[in-house]
Amino acid sequence: MGLTGLEIYKQLPKKNCGECGPPTCLAFAMALANGKAQLDACPYVSDEARANLESASAPPIALVKAGAGDYVVEMGDETELFRHDKKFYHETAIAFKVSDTLSEDDIEAKAKEIDGLVFERVGLQYRVQFAAVVNDSKDPVTFKNAVSKVAAVTNITPMLVSEDPVAIEGALEVVGDRKPVIYAATTDNYEKMTELAKSKECPLVVKADGLEALAELVEKVVGLGYKQLILDSGQRETAKVIADLVQIRRQAIKKKFRPFGYPTVAFTTEEDPLAEINQAVAYVSKYASVVVLNTTDKAHVLPLLSWRQNLYTDPQVPIQVEEKLHKVGEPDENSPVYLTTNFSLTYYSVEGEVEATKIPSYILAVDTDGTSVLTAYAAGKFEAEKIAEVMEKVGLNDKVKHRNIVIPGYVAVLKGKLEEASGWNVIVGPREASGIVAFAKSQFS
Amino acid sequence: MAVNIIKEKSLAKVGQVKLGATKEEGGTRTVTYTVGGDSALPFHHFDGEIANRPIVAMEVQDIKPNWPETLTKHFEGVLDKPGEWAKKCVDEYGADAIYVRLEGAHPDGADKSPDQCVAVVKEVLDAVGVPLIVTGCEVEDKDNEVLTAVAEACAGENLLLGFAEQENYKSLTAACMVHKHNVIARSPLDINICKQLNILITEMNLPTERIVIDPSIGGLGYGIEYAYSIMERARLGALQGDKMLSMPILCTVGKEAWRAKEANASQEEYPGWGDEEDRGILWEAVTASALLQAGASILLMRHPKAVELTKRAIDQLMEDNSY
Ligand code: SF4
Repeated sequence: MGLTGLEIYKQLPKKNCGECGPPTCLAFAMALANGKAQLDACPYVSDEARANLESASAPPIALVKAGAGDYVVEMGDETELFRHDKKFYHETAIAFKVSDTLSEDDIEAKAKEIDGLVFERVGLQYRVQFAAVVNDSKDPVTFKNAVSKVAAVTNITPMLVSEDPVAIEGALEVVGDRKPVIYAATTDNYEKMTELAKSKECPLVVKADGLEALAELVEKVVGLGYKQLILDSGQRETAKVIADLVQIRRQAIKKKFRPFGYPTVAFTTEEDPLAEINQAVAYVSKYASVVVLNTTDKAHVLPLLSWRQNLYTDPQVPIQVEEKLHKVGEPDENSPVYLTTNFSLTYYSVEGEVEATKIPSYILAVDTDGTSVLTAYAAGKFEAEKIAEVMEKVGLNDKVKHRNIVIPGYVAVLKGKLEEASGWNVIVGPREASGIVAFAKSQFS
Repeated sequence: MAVNIIKEKSLAKVGQVKLGATKEEGGTRTVTYTVGGDSALPFHHFDGEIANRPIVAMEVQDIKPNWPETLTKHFEGVLDKPGEWAKKCVDEYGADAIYVRLEGAHPDGADKSPDQCVAVVKEVLDAVGVPLIVTGCEVEDKDNEVLTAVAEACAGENLLLGFAEQENYKSLTAACMVHKHNVIARSPLDINICKQLNILITEMNLPTERIVIDPSIGGLGYGIEYAYSIMERARLGALQGDKMLSMPILCTVGKEAWRAKEANASQEEYPGWGDEEDRGILWEAVTASALLQAGASILLMRHPKAVELTKRAIDQLMEDNSY
């Protein structure tokens, strides 16, 4: 969303002195518009013009960072309304509530649960981002103790949920260096909250009642010189939250409406944890940068994190697995060998089914630039010579005693050539991964 | 700075398809549904009209399915009685419609005859008053026989029959034309084939308001994002006036979600993934919820709790959120 050369030209001094390199201000403006020059090259540009140009060329949604070290969380910096137009960049951060009215033991237990929300799935690691300590007690000392307790158990970045600046100040004494998210600045407390957020450079949630009030309050906070912000329009009903999230995103991207050019946060309200996850799915789908949940049950969180991961994959770049001989269980020299491509979706469908056969096996994933079996074959990326080379490369001959390799049914035509090129016996397997269990039963047991 | 709400005006609407027919209309259904018709992105009531709520159909098969226990325990005693099974789905679990999957027709399986298949569909029609969606065993030649027989025997019921595919659409489309049913046009995760197939079917003179799109979704964790984006693009196309992308969309949620390892694997096997029951239910419900956001109008589902969660989500999303 850069400016055009002419728009930039209007802001330049029009001296045409050439000190910036290009002979004229207009030529320099064109170079700037194409990203081929830096504004600093002109010694005469006014502070006002600089500010104008910088804000106009800033990303539509600011990048806001919380957390420290390995626990940094990046939010915002999105450019699209639809993932197919390019991609979504910063996965929705997931936060989990811990009330400060819980007993010490319960706080510790809850913090441990949050800390344990790390999942291994399809070769990826899914993590969660925030432990949101909620000042339900309304007492600053109780809050500070709860925050300390949570911080002692987990390194996950805290989110401090209290509208009482005294409580926030106390908590910041304990965890300020971890750059927690502060929730929230309101019309009543924003001056003090902004000051606190500034002192530790923590992201500050700005919370107001409705979009109009939110825009006003954001401008006040920005007026105090702070821009590490996250937005909460105060809505809690599913449909209305979605409306506000969509509206904020549109305003930022289509109109560059500055007060809404920040990440957003949404809170679930459903009491049934399963319904709560469903509600969160809607918010993740519709642009929320942070979603705050109650349930910390692994069985509930995994499906949500899987959806988040799916939504935020780059539509242009298929996810791939490594080209190598993968093991399922503890295969030995008699174990079956299956062939497939390195497209993550294809590979993990095969892996899941091979696992279900309960027969330890090898799966050879051939690099097809992350394309599925049929697409790879059509594009000449899954051919006998190449497969034979990979079999050689991974030392398949030494791994097993037998000489049988199972190929996907869709490329049955490869049988003859692959037998020639590799010297192995080729068994044509099922077309779909779902046929592997029945196939293995008849072939290998 | 005042906020000027941005409203996206559409040039056209998603097409509408009616499912089922009452006695007055020549069928025997006690309820019928119309799906589609939106003039906005899904649940964007602030942009235009969200004309009809998406519906949830529960799956019933003509043979005992090979489902995990998480599912089967909710259908104890009825899994070999399609009529009773369907009745349970409607009366106890709140299914809007019934999806009859004629798996038993498979030549390598029970190899049921077209007449036997018709009898199953009739049994379900007698047992419940909601509209039916009927598909075969996904073996082209057999399905052509079976579905033609079903279309004829159930003339007037305004069923939704599938699947018509690019290489095999004529027989089913003709049967839907003659016996006045609706067709599911299935394309393999490809928006161009999706459009092409709709053109081919309409060229046989089946009106667009009798076609439903099946984009061949992947389940959660297994390619759902491809379907999500194709559905978003189809909806945007429909709102721009592309008639051949404007049909309501059907998603085979139950089938795809329950294929996933994550929906089935026990907690002993994968202690890091938590209790399998809730995980399985959510694997299906999350698949549905995500696709609702992309524009699904008909969801074919299995688990009663997942159905309940999905219907609850739809209730909330149907609430007016205009400014
Ligand atoms: S240095 Fe500045 S004033 Fe001189 S030509 Fe370049 S842009 Fe214009």
